[in-house]
Amino acid sequence: MSASAAEAGRVPASRAAERRRRRLPRGAALWREIGFYLLVLIAIAVSLFPFYWILRTSLATNAEIANGVESTGLLPSHLSFKAYVDDFTQQHFLKPLINSAIVALLATAITIVVSTIAGYALARMPIRGSGLILGFILIAGFFPVLAMVGPLFLLFKELGVLDSIYPLILAYLVYTLPIATWLLRNFFSQIPRDLEEAALVDGATRLQALRKVVVPVAVPGVFTAAILAFILAWNDFAFAVSFLETPPHFTAPLAIVNFGQSNFQVFYNRIDAAVVIITIPIALLVLFAQRRIVTGLTAGSFR
Amino acid sequence: MSAHLAAPAPARGHRGRRAARSRRDAQAQGDRRLGYALVAPVIVLLLAVTAYPLFYNLWNSFHHVDLSEAGAPQSFVGVENYTRMFGSSVWVSALERTIAFTAVSIAIETLIALVLALMLNRPFRGRGFLRAAILIPWAVPTVVSATLWKTMFDPRAGFVDYLLGGLHLPGAHTTWLAGVWTSWAAIFVADAWKNVPFMAIILLAGLQVIPGEIYEAARIDGASAWQSFRRMTLPLLKPALAVALIFRTLQAFLVFDVIYIMTGGGPGVSTETLSFLNWQTFLVATDFGYGGAISVMLVLMSLAIAAVYVRLLRPETA
Amino acid sequence: MATIAIEHVTKVYPNGAEAVSDLDVEVADGEFLILVGPSGCGKTTALRMVAGLEHITEGTVRIGERVVNDLSPRERDVAMVFQNYALYPHMTVAQNIGFALSLQKVEKSEIDRRVKEAARVLGLTEHLRRKPAQLSGGQRQRVAMGRAIVREPAAFLMDEPLSNLDAKLRVQMRAEVSRIQRRLGVATLYVTHDQIEAMTMGDRVAVMRSGRLQQCDAPQTLYDHPANLFVAAFIGSPAMNLYQADVDPEGARLRLGEQAIELPAKLRGDSTIGPYRGKSLVVGVRPEDLTDAALAGQDDSHARLEGEVDLVEALGAEKLVHFRIDASRLQASDARLSTEEDLDLTEGEIGAQTTTAGVARVPPHSAIRAGEHAVFELSPARLHLFDPDSGRALAERD
Repeated sequence: MSASAAEAGRVPASRAAERRRRRLPRGAALWREIGFYLLVLIAIAVSLFPFYWILRTSLATNAEIANGVESTGLLPSHLSFKAYVDDFTQQHFLKPLINSAIVALLATAITIVVSTIAGYALARMPIRGSGLILGFILIAGFFPVLAMVGPLFLLFKELGVLDSIYPLILAYLVYTLPIATWLLRNFFSQIPRDLEEAALVDGATRLQALRKVVVPVAVPGVFTAAILAFILAWNDFAFAVSFLETPPHFTAPLAIVNFGQSNFQVFYNRIDAAVVIITIPIALLVLFAQRRIVTGLTAGSFR
Repeated sequence: MSAHLAAPAPARGHRGRRAARSRRDAQAQGDRRLGYALVAPVIVLLLAVTAYPLFYNLWNSFHHVDLSEAGAPQSFVGVENYTRMFGSSVWVSALERTIAFTAVSIAIETLIALVLALMLNRPFRGRGFLRAAILIPWAVPTVVSATLWKTMFDPRAGFVDYLLGGLHLPGAHTTWLAGVWTSWAAIFVADAWKNVPFMAIILLAGLQVIPGEIYEAARIDGASAWQSFRRMTLPLLKPALAVALIFRTLQAFLVFDVIYIMTGGGPGVSTETLSFLNWQTFLVATDFGYGGAISVMLVLMSLAIAAVYVRLLRPETA
Repeated sequence: MATIAIEHVTKVYPNGAEAVSDLDVEVADGEFLILVGPSGCGKTTALRMVAGLEHITEGTVRIGERVVNDLSPRERDVAMVFQNYALYPHMTVAQNIGFALSLQKVEKSEIDRRVKEAARVLGLTEHLRRKPAQLSGGQRQRVAMGRAIVREPAAFLMDEPLSNLDAKLRVQMRAEVSRIQRRLGVATLYVTHDQIEAMTMGDRVAVMRSGRLQQCDAPQTLYDHPANLFVAAFIGSPAMNLYQADVDPEGARLRLGEQAIELPAKLRGDSTIGPYRGKSLVVGVRPEDLTDAALAGQDDSHARLEGEVDLVEALGAEKLVHFRIDASRLQASDARLSTEEDLDLTEGEIGAQTTTAGVARVPPHSAIRAGEHAVFELSPARLHLFDPDSGRALAERD
């Protein structure tokens, strides 16, 4: 589906480029063109400039920040990496980073295993009431997170697992499972049944057909689901702020919010350095898997 | 049928055939059972994080469950928590604020997202870059977007006041998060910055399935650019628009992170939403009975919104 | 090397729909048998039951001596070519072709040898390292064939393997598939809805409709002696002209509207026309059995049929004359055709005509022109007569 969409986009693109080469726009068309690119520039600036701003702030000293922007202007007067060092030495940011990585990766792993087999079954097996099941999974994705917080808090308290990152994984499944299951179910339905049947006729057992044909073909879908699940789990704040109590157990987002609160003075540079640090993996993921994310978002949500 | 090779009837008796059939039935039944077994983990896990809290909340909402009163019995209180909620000006104004925030954000975000999607649907140099540029804000944690805009709106370290001052515009010395309306404005910007891209991507996908020929046909039929947008694009975009709207409506209705991080509900209680109030009742007031009632209402209202969504997008397995 | 015997096979789906009813066909060793019929006639279901992809509700399927009803596909030793080829997108051409062998744990060098041999036969040698996505439609089709032949199976099953090719390639592959099949001499069951494929490729053709076998014969027999109205209308392009006709009380003449045709002596017998004296029946005439009277020598044994020409299509080697006669239209209910849309007339065939219209195939130098009155000659011996209620052909003439 993504390939055909991309193809559809590419063909007119080359044609338009050709047209552009042949004659430059004049008059009203020229102004329209200028207006369009102005809009593009604004959109890019609004999206990316704030990132520059926190990068700039993170590289400034606290004194500079206290003097206000007017004193330095848009560019930092000099680069100071002290805030980054402070994050790890003073704020002990490494532990929360590791915590976040652990929960996000574990939640992703569980999500992938569970939603792959469920997605396959929902797409391929004779399940009575599969429409109902899909509807439930969809609605579960809309369940108000803050309404879950109270009962889960009581449960975790009862079990004595409050202030631990591992119970978070269970809660994170409410973010990840619905979209992953839907996405994979749609993905498996798109794999022609013929492929499995051809493998059976070629002498494969059902398990072999699954292992040697269906799974390899499904890899892109599974990969997409994994990326989305990781992003969703990595980004959580609501559950972390509800169930975690002591800094060594914090996830990275929760730790950042508490940077400001643990001091009388607001260290914008330290906070923003931490923001830069947790943004980097996500930004890289977006850059490398842009097309997959777009496919996943659209395939998981409608059709 | 004159010449087909007539084979003798199968020698197998009825009993043999019936045995084979029952074996096949058993196999089909086995297949079905395997199917359920494969779907079970998802169902069980999702029930654990949704149905379990829902029923726990429901039970709590009819009881007095307050952890601050150590050892106090959890007594049955009937609908007391609900009457308290509906009579509470705190809850009512939180509901009003939530609805107002949702309505205003969704209206403005949809417009911006539509413009972005239309831009991205046009082939131009740098299209991939623009798409990546708007995807990053969507993908970063809310903690990042909220903290980032908190920095941006800071009167000293922020860019917004600096820009307004530089352009000699009013509001150059605003402490944004100190005022009620200015706080809402900052929250809206941070929330829209993160969530508009999602809508834009969904709308873009909707635009991309519209075949190009219909625009050419419309042009030949004499439609202006505006007319073909009004009469072709918008109606054909409806399904994608519905999805984007309802996803985002629910998200906005349940807004929590950005408020907690940027204003903490302040100044005063002026930016407290339903989700924020719910969190506070659970984890600050530790009143799980009253919090349960708020939760139950929150779930019901979300389900009402979700029901519209499911109606529009019935799963295609019949 | 084996036969495929489909013995009184019935398929009933869980929802109660009967896709195949009491099908009884045998494909002899080395034979190329075609299952043809309109879409939804049960032909693909029948094929899939042989493949083991569909449970058999009733009846027996044998491959060679073995009853395979309860065997899984892998135990049946059959190879199948799918309509959409079902090439494994993550494997190269060589891996696709060799997949079945690798599952059988055939030695690597042996797989390599056999894959190369199959590729050579199919002209795929240069493409062995490509992925299916990089191939053209025709090449993909060849890979699908290669996957089947490399196995040297007991039987080939082909499910509309040429239907996704463009017209020109289809003609080319038709011959190629026949050639390969002949050379390998493996019993082949081939499903298609295209009657031209059926006529040109098969040793025998089995025509199916609504789950039931209508007739199974050599192509020419099927064409010359259709067992019923359905087969008569389905096989042949342009299709046989079918009209409602009345038989006079003596059983000597047929009346089509205002026109009359003398029946030849051999059709006048009690055993054929007897029950229809004074009643109506359905008469069928192949387009090529109608000749331009102006070009034909006078032959008293020949009857004449006149009509108003509304279109002449010159095809170079021949002309197709579309005309109308005043014979009454065949009713869908008594025609046993169960409507014309049931007849999935595909591209390459000319016109789905109404039954009061007719088509004649005349030589290119015929002077018949549109808008004129035309006179055709026909040999009454070439008439096909059908019972209007059952649709069954009246009798073997000859």
